[in-house]
Amino acid sequence: MIRLGFYPGCSMEGGAREYQESVIALAKVFDIELIQIPDWNCCGATAAHNLNKELSLSLPTRILALAEKNELMDIVVPCAACYSRLTVTNHELNKDKSLADKVCDVIDMPYSGNVNVLNIIQFIQKYIADKLEEKVTTPFNYNVACYYGCLLVRPNGILKFDRPEDPQTMDILVKKAGGNAIDWAYKAECCGAGMSVSRTDIVARLSGNIIRDAVERKAEVLAVACPMCHSNLDMRRPEINKFLKKEVDVPVLYISQILGLAVGLDAKTLGLQRHMVAVNLPEKKAEQPAPITNTIKTEA
Amino acid sequence: MSSHEHVHHKEGLAADVTSNTGVPVNKCYQCGKCSAGCPVAFEMDYPPSMVLRMLQTESKNNDEKLLKSNAIWLCVSCEMCYGRCPMEIDIPVLMDYLRQRAYTEKKVNPKAHNIVAFHKAFLNSINQTGRLYEVGLVMDYKMRTGALMQDVEKSPKMFIKGKLSLIPEMIKDKRNIKNIFNKTLKNKKS
Repeated sequence: MIRLGFYPGCSMEGGAREYQESVIALAKVFDIELIQIPDWNCCGATAAHNLNKELSLSLPTRILALAEKNELMDIVVPCAACYSRLTVTNHELNKDKSLADKVCDVIDMPYSGNVNVLNIIQFIQKYIADKLEEKVTTPFNYNVACYYGCLLVRPNGILKFDRPEDPQTMDILVKKAGGNAIDWAYKAECCGAGMSVSRTDIVARLSGNIIRDAVERKAEVLAVACPMCHSNLDMRRPEINKFLKKEVDVPVLYISQILGLAVGLDAKTLGLQRHMVAVNLPEKKAEQPAPITNTIKTEA
Repeated sequence: MSSHEHVHHKEGLAADVTSNTGVPVNKCYQCGKCSAGCPVAFEMDYPPSMVLRMLQTESKNNDEKLLKSNAIWLCVSCEMCYGRCPMEIDIPVLMDYLRQRAYTEKKVNPKAHNIVAFHKAFLNSINQTGRLYEVGLVMDYKMRTGALMQDVEKSPKMFIKGKLSLIPEMIKDKRNIKNIFNKTLKNKKS
């Protein structure tokens, strides 16, 4: 049994609880226990870094300090936005010792800067990917548009994950699960992020462009790794369809749900019934998984 | 910190940006890749490359225009501009700085009222409970903006699907969170 730290973040306790359900269920299949960081707080998200730099570093540092205090030196952070805030904070603190001291003083806790933050793809790559193919019982035999969005891959110099243009890591996982990861143009374009409530019109347009390109290139499913992207592409579908002037019902699944289905977990365990756009995937007979053609090395 | 002798000794927004963030404003040579890739440039009064050019002019008038611009609040921090900038100018950090200045100096563009109201409601929720309570956030936002009927049609379906909690999650050490807010927001107007 491998035991790792786990930071769900607020969305995964609320509107995106199916993401948490599917990540934990998938980890269990591979004999991994995810341990929540005790008494974790919100990372501050966009609101904090838009209004106050010190606050935007202090909130994530409290989370990292609590992880360290509980000897959870590797933490899995499936929300791309939380992952970004925690990783950027680590980077800023390690770059500037006096800033780190100041922030530790604010949170009233020590922190060394050494907690290792893993996004969902890094977690799967490191602990699951090698054993994935042998566990696949139901190949996910669909055309999948892997949507990375912004914060999983940018700023690349700090995150040092995949590549910022045409990233590939999620595509490789989907192929291992028996899916056909399609080439498309909006993989790393922005969905409108935190504007969902305050400027819904902008989200409808940006997310609408993403959905349109995926569908035009014959995607049957979109794969995502961020609750905010999911909420914009799924919950905002009525607004998107209004922008596109047509009814598009392509479902949006978390990468953990796609891999979970492939290894035989049932839809309910993975929380598929919680999506606003119904997940009605057509029955397909198992075929040979698409060959993996792209094996680009992604370490920076 | 970058070396920009001609900015270094002057007062003004560009000098403040460089001394507070280290972002080398003067390295921009107006290739326009940031504005071409920016997903919200279509809605901005000044697209990112123009923000940089206006800073470079070191004119008080342009500094004011920037702090009062809609553009700084429309920036979604997607990091596309930074990813594509040939001079690796960290425009998202620059935008954060301009927003923080505009906010503390009470120069927020009226058109950005809803965006700032959302951020404030968001932070308020964290300050209260340590975590974001989505239902509380939306209620708080509605009170701040008067958009009472927005998205009400979504609530029943979201509730059935288990996406709405009726009780906020609370952390144990709420005092620690309050202290963090007090220490970081002190001397800052809200």
